[in-house]
Amino acid sequence: MKRLRFNQQEIVFAVFAMLFVAFSIFLRGFLTPENMLTLLQNVAVLGILGLAMAIVVIGRGIDISLIAALAVPPGLVLQMVQNGHSLPASLLTAVLLTIAFGLVNGWLIAYAEVPSLFATLATGLLLAGLGQAALFQLDVVQWSDGMKGFERLGQGTILGIPTSIVMFAIACLVVAFLLRQTRWGAYIYAIGDNPYAARVTGIPSRPIIVLQYVVAALIGCFAGLVMAASVNSMPTRIFNSTLIYDVILVVVLGGIGLSGGRGGVLNVVIGTLLIGTMLNGMTIMDISYAGQNLVKGVVLLLAVITDSFLNPRNEETAQQGDI
Amino acid sequence: MKYAVRTAKVIAAALGLAAIAAPALAQQGLDEPFQKPFKESLAGKTVAYVPVAMNFDLTEGWYAGMKKELEPYGVKFEIRDPNWNTNAGAQAVTSLISEKPAVMVIHNPDVQTYAKLLQRAENEGIYVIQINMGSAYRSSAFVGANWIEIGEKDTEAVVKACQGKSNKIAVVQGALSAAASAYTLKGVENVLAKHPEIKVVSSQAADWDAAKAKAITQTVLKQNPDLCGIVGFWDGMDIGTAAAVKEAGLTGKVFVATSGGGERKGACELVKSGAFDLNLSYDVPTQAAQMAGTIKWLLSSGAKAGSIKGSEYTTLIPITKENADSQTACWNLSDLKK
Repeated sequence: MKRLRFNQQEIVFAVFAMLFVAFSIFLRGFLTPENMLTLLQNVAVLGILGLAMAIVVIGRGIDISLIAALAVPPGLVLQMVQNGHSLPASLLTAVLLTIAFGLVNGWLIAYAEVPSLFATLATGLLLAGLGQAALFQLDVVQWSDGMKGFERLGQGTILGIPTSIVMFAIACLVVAFLLRQTRWGAYIYAIGDNPYAARVTGIPSRPIIVLQYVVAALIGCFAGLVMAASVNSMPTRIFNSTLIYDVILVVVLGGIGLSGGRGGVLNVVIGTLLIGTMLNGMTIMDISYAGQNLVKGVVLLLAVITDSFLNPRNEETAQQGDI
Repeated sequence: MKYAVRTAKVIAAALGLAAIAAPALAQQGLDEPFQKPFKESLAGKTVAYVPVAMNFDLTEGWYAGMKKELEPYGVKFEIRDPNWNTNAGAQAVTSLISEKPAVMVIHNPDVQTYAKLLQRAENEGIYVIQINMGSAYRSSAFVGANWIEIGEKDTEAVVKACQGKSNKIAVVQGALSAAASAYTLKGVENVLAKHPEIKVVSSQAADWDAAKAKAITQTVLKQNPDLCGIVGFWDGMDIGTAAAVKEAGLTGKVFVATSGGGERKGACELVKSGAFDLNLSYDVPTQAAQMAGTIKWLLSSGAKAGSIKGSEYTTLIPITKENADSQTACWNLSDLKK
């Protein structure tokens, strides 16, 4: 008899589908077009960050500094405009800062061979500290008149769809194209699957690793701009929050193994949908904060336990560095 | 009778003499006996300031205001920034106790963590002034907002705005662990107990985070498009609440009440733009001046630390469309730092 086998992506999708159906039946006001859009809108920034993390994790790394890239360069844009600089100049400065940050991350990991977990942990603290000490006057950088028009990146709708969802969709398409249609994308998978084999076959693995971190930082900065536009300010203190765990959660829950080389944009979308559905349903039910954490924890535990029960690890596939 | 006349003459003469002598006395000057001991009691003293974190309008404003008032008198101003880390804050307070500053100005992250430490500090002879967030221990002075009053006033305004409407309101709380949030919620409950017709459709914590506040408010508004008011717990977070109301096209229909330190960009400008309908300000420069005044009074009184205990609750400034344009309703951090 052939044993039924599911991978994590299918399990998570099944959990998502079950939750979705249950909410649709039992929760009045859940299954309406407006609420569906709200659901997506609320997790759009998380989804965009998930894409950035996915690129790095597929290449067998991890980027803890993503929230710093989300908070500091967009915060710098708002601060510079507030101080009287023009919006294009501020944006250019922020993008250059982001690229420089990605290059530092990539260099540390690819050339200095510092493990990505520690390298990005340190650089993230560095960038956030730099922002707090030298760039921002206050933790929350407010919107100013010079930013007028830019809030459309995160507010309002395009063809009836909230802009932040459109931004998530665009980011999905760009990342999917990068990963599936370009040679660089193929290299990222190869490096994630087996870095030594990749190097032996002549793939320029070090520059590709640098590229991963630069792209991730740029996507992080983009997510930050969408977020700032959507709440009309940049709460740079978000660096101290637990958002990075949610991002890792989206990626891992979606089925992109931390051991690298597997998964894609679809996994991020599924992971994001599951989180979004849970959050939205619990907000409608007005569940208390503690209750929400409890439910989140239980669902995640269930997903992970089911996965390890159905797909037990073995010595051959397990790799050093698995978390 | 004669005697009386003579007495009157003497008095008149004495007055005349005094009139001649008075200018001479004024030229010599008169020593005011209390200013010198006052100056001596301040000079060279250390005031240590432990906020929950720097880099936000409240703590930066208090710092700038106190510094401006006290440094000219030779007071040394020290700052310990735990950056939202309660453990780091407790360590800072502990090490300060052994360093023995004259005064500690403490912004508590919660009711319990510092309470025992502050008692120890006062036993060691250090005056402790608690600001805006008190602890379970009552020290020499408390200067700050009355959160219960803020909750009550915000809710009263929302209830009033709801008259004749759906009577459905939402509450966007701060972080559950913060006493400021819990106290404000108590104020909300106090008012709601008097108004059973009001229905709270959502009361959730957004962790002082604008993005979370926006997400919650969006969902609530989709479920209850006839919502008539929202009680928010901090203007820095309720930017998100207001953004959700604006996106739903309900600005002006949903009454948004919140509170904060009254910094111009975070308070007046947002009231002017229609994002907030009411922002209760606990005017930070006034609070800073009261803190500095309390420090001056305590140091010059010579009273034993902990032997007298009092409170100065801040008189709130309600910022609405009417006064948001005025120069005095809000303050600029840049001016305070000058």
